[in-house]
Amino acid sequence: MTETTSGTAKVTLPADNQIMITRGFNAPKRLVWKAYTSPELIKRWWSGDRGTVTSAEVDLRVGGRWRYVMTANEGFEVAFRGEYREVFPEDRLVNTEVFEGIPDPDDHAGLITVSFAEKDGRTHMEMLCEYRDRADRDAVVSSGMEAGMQESLDHLEQVAVSLS
Amino acid sequence: MARAATTTDAFNAVAEPRRRQILDLLSQGERPVNDLVAVLGLAQPQVSKHLRVLREVGLVHVRDEGRQRMYGLNAEPLKPIYDWLATYEQWWNKRFDLMDQVLEDLKEAEGRDDRDD
Repeated sequence: MTETTSGTAKVTLPADNQIMITRGFNAPKRLVWKAYTSPELIKRWWSGDRGTVTSAEVDLRVGGRWRYVMTANEGFEVAFRGEYREVFPEDRLVNTEVFEGIPDPDDHAGLITVSFAEKDGRTHMEMLCEYRDRADRDAVVSSGMEAGMQESLDHLEQVAVSLS
Repeated sequence: MARAATTTDAFNAVAEPRRRQILDLLSQGERPVNDLVAVLGLAQPQVSKHLRVLREVGLVHVRDEGRQRMYGLNAEPLKPIYDWLATYEQWWNKRFDLMDQVLEDLKEAEGRDDRDD
């Protein structure tokens, strides 16, 4: 079997309103870009283990819009959308990101800057997520726990136990 | 929106970049305040103020050694932050693991195309 594990994602909080996600991929950036921006391929990874992507719309040009919808394992629908601000194929993508499931979603849009750098056939990805303020940033980080997954609830319980 | 006081808990205390820098320095070992002043390039009152916040949330401890006060790291209050971030990190790891599979398929498909050429 081919070795597919090329690293684990690293998440840091560089500033009050930011999240930085970095990850290495065992593939050239040309292919990482393709996997990251092609609707049929996005459907295969974007929902992780939380559900199934039912729709991925991508209009990959400055000012173009995107929208991803997934049906979560618990049955409800989760939709994100946004607009592309910068498109430099294989190198850099800047887009807004809005979670449709909250009141006044557009007031809480995030700005996502993804960059890909290739070395020796491998790709290093940096994804900087910037939000209006710390509260919005923290809500995004906490979103996993709010999804109602048992895994997260168990995890929360562990945290609570470790605090007591 | 009202902000929580920096002294409420470790989450607020580490929101300040300079305080994170102090924690990084102390993770390498105990240091007197003069040392931190020199490395950070800040005035002593500022450094002392940051150290006070870090002490109040239990991230930094202090002990007297001769005439010097030595500051050290106590990382335990960082655990809830680590756990909180870890859940989010796991979520992205699941996505990226699936993306790895997509990439392997793309590589394989390219290899096939090359052989067909």
